[in-house]
Amino acid sequence: MPDEREHIVADAAARILADLADPQTINKAANGAWKEPLWRALSDAGLPLAWVPEELGGSGAGLAEGFAILGVAGRFALSVPLAETLAAGWLLARAGIEAPATPMTLAPARPHDRITIVADGTLNGRAAGIPFARDVPHVAVLADGGRQQLVALVDATDCRIGEGRNLAGDATNVIVFDHVKPLASAPAPDGFDQSSLMLMGSTIRSVETAGALEAILSLSVAYANERVAFERPIGKFQAVQQNLARLAGEVAAALAVAGSAADTVAQADKFDAAVFFEAASAKIRTAEAATEGAAIAHQVLGAIGFTQEHILHRFTLRMLSWRDDFGNESYWAAELGKQVARGGADEFWPLVASR
Amino acid sequence: MTANLQFDPIRLPPQCEALRADVRAFLTEEIAAGTFDPHQAAHGELYNRGFSRRVGAKGWIGMTWPKRYGGHERTQLERYVVTEEFRVANAPSHLHFVADRQSGPILLKYAPEHVKNDVLPRICRGEVCFSIGMSEPGSGSDLFAAKTKATKTDGGWRINGSKIWTTSAQVADYMLALFRTSPPTKENRRHGLTQFLVDMKTPGITVNPINQMTGKPGFNEVVFDDALVPDDHVMGEIDGAWKQATSELAYERSGPERFLETFYVLLELIRVLGPEPDLRSAEGLGRLVAQLHTLRRMSVSVAGMLQAGKEPVVEGSIVKDLGTIWEQKLPGRVRELAAFIEPEVLNRATLEDQLTFATMIAPKLTIQGGTTEILRGIIARGLGLR
Repeated sequence: MPDEREHIVADAAARILADLADPQTINKAANGAWKEPLWRALSDAGLPLAWVPEELGGSGAGLAEGFAILGVAGRFALSVPLAETLAAGWLLARAGIEAPATPMTLAPARPHDRITIVADGTLNGRAAGIPFARDVPHVAVLADGGRQQLVALVDATDCRIGEGRNLAGDATNVIVFDHVKPLASAPAPDGFDQSSLMLMGSTIRSVETAGALEAILSLSVAYANERVAFERPIGKFQAVQQNLARLAGEVAAALAVAGSAADTVAQADKFDAAVFFEAASAKIRTAEAATEGAAIAHQVLGAIGFTQEHILHRFTLRMLSWRDDFGNESYWAAELGKQVARGGADEFWPLVASR
Repeated sequence: MTANLQFDPIRLPPQCEALRADVRAFLTEEIAAGTFDPHQAAHGELYNRGFSRRVGAKGWIGMTWPKRYGGHERTQLERYVVTEEFRVANAPSHLHFVADRQSGPILLKYAPEHVKNDVLPRICRGEVCFSIGMSEPGSGSDLFAAKTKATKTDGGWRINGSKIWTTSAQVADYMLALFRTSPPTKENRRHGLTQFLVDMKTPGITVNPINQMTGKPGFNEVVFDDALVPDDHVMGEIDGAWKQATSELAYERSGPERFLETFYVLLELIRVLGPEPDLRSAEGLGRLVAQLHTLRRMSVSVAGMLQAGKEPVVEGSIVKDLGTIWEQKLPGRVRELAAFIEPEVLNRATLEDQLTFATMIAPKLTIQGGTTEILRGIIARGLGLR
């Protein structure tokens, strides 16, 4: 249950984003000049390194507080690497590596991409779909060291980084590691592997998606109450009301399942079967909600919602892109389906009821 | 934000798991004794007086009600566990379930003390069945168009008219019904209906069964011909029934029975797919599992918020909207996912038998207890659209 500290942190994030990352203002901005003061304010409030303990250079907030920040970031369709820096700092902290005070991203971000660390301590491999890779000075990496998994901090200029943007226009890039010497590396905790990282990333994207959907519902309802057609606000028409009620259902589903997964990750001491069940479910269902929710919102807003000038696309395109990060919904559905099938019919209800 | 939807990540407390183990042990015994077959949702007897009495003896009816009326003063979350375990096992709980879920709470709120003392302990013992008298030939979703009249007479009210589509009336001991005591006013078309507790043995009541499209009984027409209901069976304010539907609606709409009605086909699909399904089946199964988990987390969350004294009316309506559509579509999804499984596979026949039944009952799921359209109207109101 959201406690006092989560509210305080979420409120702080919301105040900063309302001042410096207002979607309307950013949508009209001629260039990226808004990013610098925004990042400074976020850093001053200790938000990007919230998941890094104080002794490793962070502000030492709990997982639940970090997820509260991410919910707010989703509500603003934030297009700076706050979530990625949070996650990267968290990954580095798993291995006791100090976090740099810069924006970061993390790799890999797809379940089947492998980065290896060889005997001379250098990193090799290719990781696609890395959010904001071109925009950040540092990358936190989970690498396969054969007998153990290692966490490494890498200078982005030591890597080959491709071009590329996601649906929403945010940098999303291939990173090639070709004998890259990390700035630091250390073993990951026992049992922590690439699947753990994908589950954490999926939970993060689920929480952000739920936040984006909340904002989409809010702006769609406001629009339906203002826009007049046939001499009435369109929100008075049952067909439109039914659509918005369906949208509310998708928002509700996303909030519930993402909140549940975040709570599970925050309470867990390792990435066990419960985390897998919750985080995979959250990624699947929030991605479905993003697909449905984006379609409904665009239908309600009509032509104006399809313009560059309107902010709706900032939310819809971003959450549609997030579906692909850290394993898309089809990947997780297949994994979850296989897991359930292995357990068999008699174990199925006890599994559902255990959460 | 016009509507701030809230779904706190509420977990069932530890005492629920001990209770769950008790419930499973009880159901296992009942299954072993031949009371019902959990794999045969289609063929079992839904009303079983002996079973309901044994459930009552376990303390699992009226769980949240005060002890002085036979209740057990346990939490909504404990009741939730009992409800979901019974539903998943296809236990025959029709006899007591409506009384437990919604009639009892209405009596607790509006019945005079001596009526509570008379009826509630019998509900808790699993002895009485309730039906709900809402729909009439000329009024279904439009509740406030009800015409069946209650006319004041010495010591009570004379009832004339009829209710229709009434579930359980053929076996019910009581009905909680809405009758017209005054005409609607120009200012308020909802004015003029009063809620009554009706003893089904009252002279002047005739129950005519109506078979459903499954070929089984379920619906009834209930005709009132000068039936006399005593004054002390008026529940709440005369002419003011419209004010009385509050948080009960959230209980009625958000429970596990709103998405587990066709659960057995999913379970059978898992059996038929076996431990190594192909990619297509695994992916389809995984989505269904994620959707089910989401619905259950939403539903538990609403139960927890109700327990905490909140009134999540919009959230409850959303659970029923999403939940009933999911359980309605489930037989179709399972049919698709099982399409390429060899007919010889063990249990394939059971799956087909269950799909036949689930496919046939699916249409009712989004109609009973508040249609999809009505629910979405309520959600739209909650969003600030009407």
